[in-house]
Amino acid sequence: MDPNETPQCRRNLEALQAKAAEKRREKEAAPVPVIHIGSATCGIAAGALDTRQAFQEALAERGIEARIHTVGCVGHCYAEPVVIIDHPDSGFPPIFYHEVTPGKARMLVKLFLEQGDPRFEHIYGATIENDMIPWVQEFPRFSMEHRLVMDRCGRIDPEDIFEYLDDGGYAALAAALETEPSDIVAEIGAAGLRGRGGAGFPTAKKWSFAAATDGEKFVICNADEGDPGAYMDRTILESNPHQVLEGLAICAYAVGASRAMVYVRAEYPLAVRIVTRAIEQARSEGILGESVLGSGFRLDMEVFQGSGAFVCGEETALIRSMEGFRGMPVHRPPYPVEAGLFGRPTVINNVKTLASVPPILENGAEAYRSVGTADSPGTAIFSVVGDVVHPGLVEIPMGTTLRTLIYDVCGGIAKKKSFRAVQIGGPSGGCLPESFLDTPIDFDSLIEAGAMMGSGGMVVMSEDSCVVNVCRYFLEFTQKESCGRCTFCRIGTRHMLEILNRLTCGEAVEEDLERLENLAHDIREGSLCGLGKTAPNPVLTSLRYFREEYEAHVREGRCPGMMCRPLIAYYIELDKCARGCDACVGCCPTDAVFTTSTRKKGIDLELCVKCGECMVACPPEYDAVRKISPAHLAPVVERSPKRDKEAKDKA
Amino acid sequence: MEEKLTPEESAILEELRQSIRGDDSQRSRLIPILQKVQERLGYLPPEAVKMVADHLAVPLSEVYSVATFYNQFRFHPPGKYPIKVCMGTACHVRGGEIILENFERKLEIKEGETTEDREFSIERVACVGCCALAPVALVGETVHGHMAPSKVEGLFTRIQVQKEIEEKRRKKDGSE
Repeated sequence: MDPNETPQCRRNLEALQAKAAEKRREKEAAPVPVIHIGSATCGIAAGALDTRQAFQEALAERGIEARIHTVGCVGHCYAEPVVIIDHPDSGFPPIFYHEVTPGKARMLVKLFLEQGDPRFEHIYGATIENDMIPWVQEFPRFSMEHRLVMDRCGRIDPEDIFEYLDDGGYAALAAALETEPSDIVAEIGAAGLRGRGGAGFPTAKKWSFAAATDGEKFVICNADEGDPGAYMDRTILESNPHQVLEGLAICAYAVGASRAMVYVRAEYPLAVRIVTRAIEQARSEGILGESVLGSGFRLDMEVFQGSGAFVCGEETALIRSMEGFRGMPVHRPPYPVEAGLFGRPTVINNVKTLASVPPILENGAEAYRSVGTADSPGTAIFSVVGDVVHPGLVEIPMGTTLRTLIYDVCGGIAKKKSFRAVQIGGPSGGCLPESFLDTPIDFDSLIEAGAMMGSGGMVVMSEDSCVVNVCRYFLEFTQKESCGRCTFCRIGTRHMLEILNRLTCGEAVEEDLERLENLAHDIREGSLCGLGKTAPNPVLTSLRYFREEYEAHVREGRCPGMMCRPLIAYYIELDKCARGCDACVGCCPTDAVFTTSTRKKGIDLELCVKCGECMVACPPEYDAVRKISPAHLAPVVERSPKRDKEAKDKA
Repeated sequence: MEEKLTPEESAILEELRQSIRGDDSQRSRLIPILQKVQERLGYLPPEAVKMVADHLAVPLSEVYSVATFYNQFRFHPPGKYPIKVCMGTACHVRGGEIILENFERKLEIKEGETTEDREFSIERVACVGCCALAPVALVGETVHGHMAPSKVEGLFTRIQVQKEIEEKRRKKDGSE
């Protein structure tokens, strides 16, 4: 090839970029206000579709011209539905509004779009720097994040490939196609990218093993996100699918595979739809198919819908399920990179790993290494849930401490409660106490502390949560999801769950704690795959750091977090209860609240299901409902036969 | 409990039988075909499982062994109003179990079951991804956030009212 001539793929990319720019100019030719609505699953769950409809109706009613732009998710779950209104004629910068209900939407159309008043009391911030409205980047929830993988999430329309192209997308792929595959692997190696699926295996190593083999090969994007509290993979696929496809295509080129699959859970219907559409678009624009961007490299891509088995996140189980069998892990070696799907070498990478690839190639390994720590470069994405002020998806540089993440980025513990524990890594992770808050978040430090990066799920627990109960929850999950192949995992987790059940009911004995510990070690040793090996982690770490909580359950039948329902009781403080107030009576689902002989209220502990509704319903000026553990400490209030009869007659 | 196929279901099944005939009969097609069947019927009745087994020339027991392994596949018809209670981590911490119990008590069925009139079914699902709204329940596709036992009550009232309105409208349309 003549070195002065522009290579074919770059020319093809430039043609696509020109087309994308043309489309953008067309849209910008008519300058109307643009309403960006975050419509990923989380936004829709919070009511984004109703909001969108309200906007459409209000715009039509008032005859205002505006363009509604559907974008993905910005990761700020606490603020959903999120709407950004860009109304240049008003003189204001683009404004970020949070919790935009249909009513708020109609109001904004009338007052902001029509009359030019942005309603300052409803504004969250401005998306660019200006001197009227605080810039969102001045808030720690924005400024302390470092968006590398999720940069475009919430900015572009996930269903329009041209928006991705216009934003510099697929440039890394075009450049990669002109590079030797081995150089790409070397660049990824130099960047030190580690698998974001949880284990942190060096990605370049995996790729080089597969590259060294011959014949037909497969590359698979693992989006079988099974952790019940993590949803970043789904959000990325729903908000910016092309970045993942680009990473997958680069991976395929680097290892020499001509077939790629995206394994998405069927429980994520929107993600399935968006990815399928993204693949179609890429194919029709010549980015996938016979000759990727005209380079002569052939790549077919398809979606495989996973059927919702947690164990299928494990590579060998995932492969089994794609072959049409029960998703049970098989012994490694041979590793999938040697003999995977249909016996052929197969590279399986997580969504976040693949989405990290384009930025690395674009900006170079050096730039990637400048973020994060020496052994864990780059960023980490967590879905922070539980008792924090600002829950949601957070992308932070590796090495950030847990304290910074919880207190600075996520706004600390909600309702001014105190911190009790943080559970990291979902069902395979661990529970850490306050003394570990200064632990930097990276693959190795977390493992040292007993937790692990895992899926990136993070549950922050305040003083009102019970560590034992949360561990029981995770164990119930892993016990159910154990595929049943290994005896220790199949029967061991069941025994552990039974002990934990006894603990949360106050029926456990002292020896149970030791038994729990022994079982945990045995399961760890005797299991084939990651599920069994890590299933005891929540229990092991909490036994290490929160032993006194377990002991309180065993010895006193007391739940310090007042969460284990068999160990607590609700009662009404008669001194505080007001005569004639019936708030708690009406809300009780089991009619457990009765009127005493003094016309105050009492709770029938036999009927009470401990749902806590009466506590919520009791007006704050009385604040008479109390929760107590152990349950037998609750004062007994006698029912009054006379009042019972009266109530009956009334009914 | 063994449900009989309704006439509509039999018709869909027949249609599916025609459409999968042209499908590949490789073993790796097993899960995609089961998904296709469930998408149309809402569940996998025994007749459908048998049809898939015949098509792929795989023993019936083998198809069941695979289908029962995965959470996605269900073997009972879902209700007209399928209720899904989120059992994700955030919802658990905020009392998702209490919400599930309330639905179970109200409908007198357990999770995974359908009421006899096929109106309601209860299911537990993993994280629906709106953890800030925890605890969360879905009726059909509509998400109801910040659930509380009294809201469970309210949901049923709302469904009842909706039903009555529809009933009235239908009557009105009928008389005109």
